[in-house]
Amino acid sequence: MIRDITLGQYFPGNSVIHRMDPRMKIILTILFIVMLFVAGNWAGFAVTLVFVLAVVLISKIHIKFLLKSIKPILPLIIFTSVLNLFFVAGTPIFSYGIINITYEGIDIALRMSFRVIILIMGTSILTYTTSPISLTDGIERLMSPLKKIRFPVHEMAMMMTIALRFIPTLIEETDKIMSAQKARGADLESGGIIKRSKALVPVLVPLFISAFRRAEELALAMECRCYQGGEGRTRMKILKFSSVDFLALAVVAITFGVIIAFNILF
Amino acid sequence: MESLIHTEHLKFEYQNEEETYVALDDIDLDVNEGEFVAVLGHNGSGKSTLAKHFNAILVPTSGRCIVDGLDTCEDDELFNIRQRVGMVFQNPDNQIVATIVEEDVAFALENLGVDPQQIRQRVDDALKKVDMYKFREHAPHQLSGGQKQRVAIAGVIAMRPKCIVLDEPTAMLDPKGRREVLNTIMELNKEYKTTVIIITHYMDEAALADRIVVVDHTKKVMEGTPKEVFSQVEKLKDLGLDVPQVTELCYKLRQNGVNVPCDIITEEECVKELQRLLEE
Repeated sequence: MIRDITLGQYFPGNSVIHRMDPRMKIILTILFIVMLFVAGNWAGFAVTLVFVLAVVLISKIHIKFLLKSIKPILPLIIFTSVLNLFFVAGTPIFSYGIINITYEGIDIALRMSFRVIILIMGTSILTYTTSPISLTDGIERLMSPLKKIRFPVHEMAMMMTIALRFIPTLIEETDKIMSAQKARGADLESGGIIKRSKALVPVLVPLFISAFRRAEELALAMECRCYQGGEGRTRMKILKFSSVDFLALAVVAITFGVIIAFNILF
Repeated sequence: MESLIHTEHLKFEYQNEEETYVALDDIDLDVNEGEFVAVLGHNGSGKSTLAKHFNAILVPTSGRCIVDGLDTCEDDELFNIRQRVGMVFQNPDNQIVATIVEEDVAFALENLGVDPQQIRQRVDDALKKVDMYKFREHAPHQLSGGQKQRVAIAGVIAMRPKCIVLDEPTAMLDPKGRREVLNTIMELNKEYKTTVIIITHYMDEAALADRIVVVDHTKKVMEGTPKEVFSQVEKLKDLGLDVPQVTELCYKLRQNGVNVPCDIITEEECVKELQRLLEE
């Protein structure tokens, strides 16, 4: 079971969206977020919704997964909506004792929830269609101008890659240690939260010791393969923008234009 | 002929708080190009420390270690030396860096600043040599131990080293994985003429080598062809080492008065000899 874990929430596929350059996908996702907050009325929101749905359709990701991505933040949306609903001043529609619901309150609550939902859906598409490695790669290359101000871009990307590489290994190891401790009579499952977290100590200590040992060996193996930091390094895979990327950029730009136009018109 | 790796009175000491320990003492060793050398010794004999001298991970406290004409003490030559002598370790999990097989094989070449097109070609080439080409897009955690170790070997041979040093490469593998890795190593040596130095606990692996070097308590104590080394059963037992099972069998037979030669190290030889005895 543990061998099958997927990293992040990537769903392999071969759609146009999957094949896009990760750099372009990251840029467009940022543009999309800006667009969402520029949109000032419901006509604009409708455009963003249509846009997200179109991208989902093209990427062939099941809509079920997108709805699933919203689930964890649902309590947050409800909580802030309720706050907005009761505490925004304006034209009252309903009033009972201290409860005072205003027209503006409903409006703000709805807008806010809509924005957050569309935001999560839009950004999820990025992680659903881009493998963690190409995401890391894209981030490294997009941030490479920061090297000039001595920001350790390569080191950060290398750390991310190694972390991704070792997550499955460490999960497997945790599983083994837990079994070993259970075999020695450790009770990891019963009791309250304090008792349970205390029971985890004999799992975490060996896990950390082994992680440090692994780190040492990995460093040695990297040295043996001539690792000397990011300086003078080349890459096997070169990212290249294709016509699809420019087409996507054009589509996003036009959508952005439409939203600004709607802001002025309505 | 100039040897590929040459050590002269190699001595290595390390310090632990107050005390100074000697890990290797007065090692003279020559490894020729294309040779397959096995280094034997029990735990703590210094054999891994010796291996780390061959690609300048460690440098001798005194004496010299020359790799392909380059002195390992010269800092400027560090990457030249590491490119010539690749190293594979025991645990395959702890030497794979990237999340995709082919990216990992490319790692060393990317570090060396090789041209992208050439990297592609050398990566494919290395993966084919270890017979892992069809797994090039897999994640390492989806592979078996033997497959992972072969990926690690590919990552090293992609540098096109003259020599690969393997530090107990099969110690953590199951019998199937061991066979896969050994076949790969043999093929690299026989077909592609790569010099191989293998450090091992397994006597049947050492029996495959052209030459065996036995290290005990910081010193080189025996050296010779597998037949020469394994025929000295008593001496090896005194050093706390075993001999291959068939050698042991013949040794016991001889002790009981059966007339068998003392230099039998492979199963085929043993079977042939026993057949001869039965026919007599």
